[in-house]
Amino acid sequence: MTSPTILFAGIDEPGLNTIDVYRSRGGYEMARRALTEMTPEAVLDELLASGLRGRGGAGFPSGKKISFIPKANVDKYLVCNADESEPGTFKDRELMQKCPHMLIEGIIIGAYAAGASRSFIYIRGEYAEQADIIDAALLEAEQAGLLGENILGSGFSLSLVLHRGAGAYICGEETGLLDSLEGKRGNPRLKPPFPANQGLYQGPTVINNVETLATMPHILRMGGEEYAKIGTESSAGTKLVSVSGNVQRPGNYEIELGVPSREIIYDLAGGPPDGREVKFWFPGGSSSPVLTKDDLDIPYDFDSLAKAKSMLGSGAIIVVDDSVPVVSVALKLAKFYKHESCGKCTPCREGTRWTVSMLERVDQGLATPMDLDIMASVQEQIIGNCLCVLGDAMAMPIGSMVAKFREEFEAHIEAARARNPFAGDDPPDVDPVLIQGAAGA
Amino acid sequence: MIGRKKRNRAPDAPDQAEAAAGADAVGGTTAAITVQRRGQPAPVAPQREVTRFGHGSRVPGWDDAVDLDRDPAQIPDPATTPVPAPLRTEIEAHMAKYPDFHSATIPALAAAQRHHGWCSPEAIWQAACVMRLTPGYLISVASFYDMLETRPVGRHAVYVCTNISCSLCGADELYDRLKQETAADPDVNVRGFECLGACDIAPMASVDGVYVGPITLDEVPKLVEQIREGLPPLPGKQLRLRKSTDPGAARTTTGTADPGIARATAGAADPVSPTRTHGTPMGGGPVGPPAAIEQPPAPPEEDE
Repeated sequence: MTSPTILFAGIDEPGLNTIDVYRSRGGYEMARRALTEMTPEAVLDELLASGLRGRGGAGFPSGKKISFIPKANVDKYLVCNADESEPGTFKDRELMQKCPHMLIEGIIIGAYAAGASRSFIYIRGEYAEQADIIDAALLEAEQAGLLGENILGSGFSLSLVLHRGAGAYICGEETGLLDSLEGKRGNPRLKPPFPANQGLYQGPTVINNVETLATMPHILRMGGEEYAKIGTESSAGTKLVSVSGNVQRPGNYEIELGVPSREIIYDLAGGPPDGREVKFWFPGGSSSPVLTKDDLDIPYDFDSLAKAKSMLGSGAIIVVDDSVPVVSVALKLAKFYKHESCGKCTPCREGTRWTVSMLERVDQGLATPMDLDIMASVQEQIIGNCLCVLGDAMAMPIGSMVAKFREEFEAHIEAARARNPFAGDDPPDVDPVLIQGAAGA
Repeated sequence: MIGRKKRNRAPDAPDQAEAAAGADAVGGTTAAITVQRRGQPAPVAPQREVTRFGHGSRVPGWDDAVDLDRDPAQIPDPATTPVPAPLRTEIEAHMAKYPDFHSATIPALAAAQRHHGWCSPEAIWQAACVMRLTPGYLISVASFYDMLETRPVGRHAVYVCTNISCSLCGADELYDRLKQETAADPDVNVRGFECLGACDIAPMASVDGVYVGPITLDEVPKLVEQIREGLPPLPGKQLRLRKSTDPGAARTTTGTADPGIARATAGAADPVSPTRTHGTPMGGGPVGPPAAIEQPPAPPEEDE
């Protein structure tokens, strides 16, 4: 385990959330260098050379995202997405709590490269402690002249406002976040136009995850090309991975992209409790299709996981051991997405609801194996048919669970029916005509 | 008004007339797909109880909170809508932060909720009066977000994470136990919540904004006692005391030498405590300004 530590190096240092300690470690040096010695184009070139890909879920190259911002002389915005709600993800929380200035420095650098004059941190409302820490850090940075008008005499001005959300998973989706930041319900928008052209207040907007922005000072410090040497060719750098579920040492680990997944789950997180085996695991938050214990040797990077028909997502590994029935996990997951669906697009709103109903039937022994086919077809009809990927985020893992654990689903139905022998005689509380219609579809 | 809306959404027990109507409806569809033999009496449709909403339909929809005869609420008149000065100041401060004042909607509602305990009609009307928006707009926003309460709730907001990672570690049992222990206490609002982003301390709960975990079932009575008294919840188990699990956290980087980073000590103490006193972030805490950063530091707490 010789993987380099960049973001988490010395993260537990006492007082790191204050500007003095952060500066004593060389903090804000890179913001100073960028603003006073480099042009925005030069900063952007370093980011492009680093090969940094977004750490929030989609994995889009961050430099390219900034380069899409038009050069026109209009108000531009940078929004930091700190609405970390993906089940299993808690890396940004630790970063913001322990080293908020790293994020602020990254925002200054990112905004300078994008030419943004106003920036916002959208933090989820549940992170009250972290929001207070950032508020205090913002005050310090303003007093030190690192935010506001004419920063460090460079002529560059930037305002930074911390915006607290109020509890909605959908606000982690970038356009839902923008609507929420504009004071509306957090409904995603139709794309295009993409936020780079028409985002916050209809202005060009770049939206980045906390971890992405916090990496930017380190890229400038190391140099883009040097940073690109870490990790694999297409997935450069290190990644914070949140490991949770049935493991002995859950927590955040910084890994070099491309290490075998087994190393993360077993060597770092200690693997499942003694006597248990990995049954399946989510490689990138609960939205990623599940992988089984046969996939543990897949290198942990964007492309290898995509090739295995899953995704790296937000880098949250949830390990489920062999004592847990797959149906209970699927039901939990589907209920979550049903609750969080904003209701704007029909396939997601209805698809999540019916998936929960069907999984409840499976759990209660009211289902037949045919229901599993219907369930799989519902998932297929959600994917790609909505404005945002919330529906897909349910459809992909549920679809993969049904495909990979179909025998267990069928056995679960049989066992539940045996426990409840009258279940089959009593029609479920669903209109019989509707069931016929669905079967014919 | 808002309070009633949510309650009415829960399916009411069907009364006799409604149950009969339901049987008719089902009978109709059954007859359509049953082959009826000539000369035999029509089969009696099985009696099925259909769950109905208060307004008689099987789908939620219009309910009696919507008064179609009434004019839509206009922007409240400042002359007839008194707003407490601290609330007005706070909302106006939020509005000044953004290029478009609409952005202050969520902070304003959160502030109103802190003052009133929940987003009561009074709270909504006051926020609408200060922001010069219609109450309807604010209600549409308040009903979207989980942390904005559209019903009266207890002062202490206790969110128990019941998502995948936590439930793998026993969160459902924890939630049931907490719910049981606080069932008779109207002051405590225990809610099962979606992933709170603290799966490393599963099973966990957010007590008035303070994350604690992992919570064992034995600790529940003690925790409930602390919640009731308004004391810091399980001081030794709060998230902010937790060290990083990453073995690299004590190491220096591979990049260019950064002398400062090497100074990091492995056995670091409590990272300078966020100087946040124990208080609700959004829930109806004690009336007053929000727990702000300039409040005196919390009393020292026992370390793990």
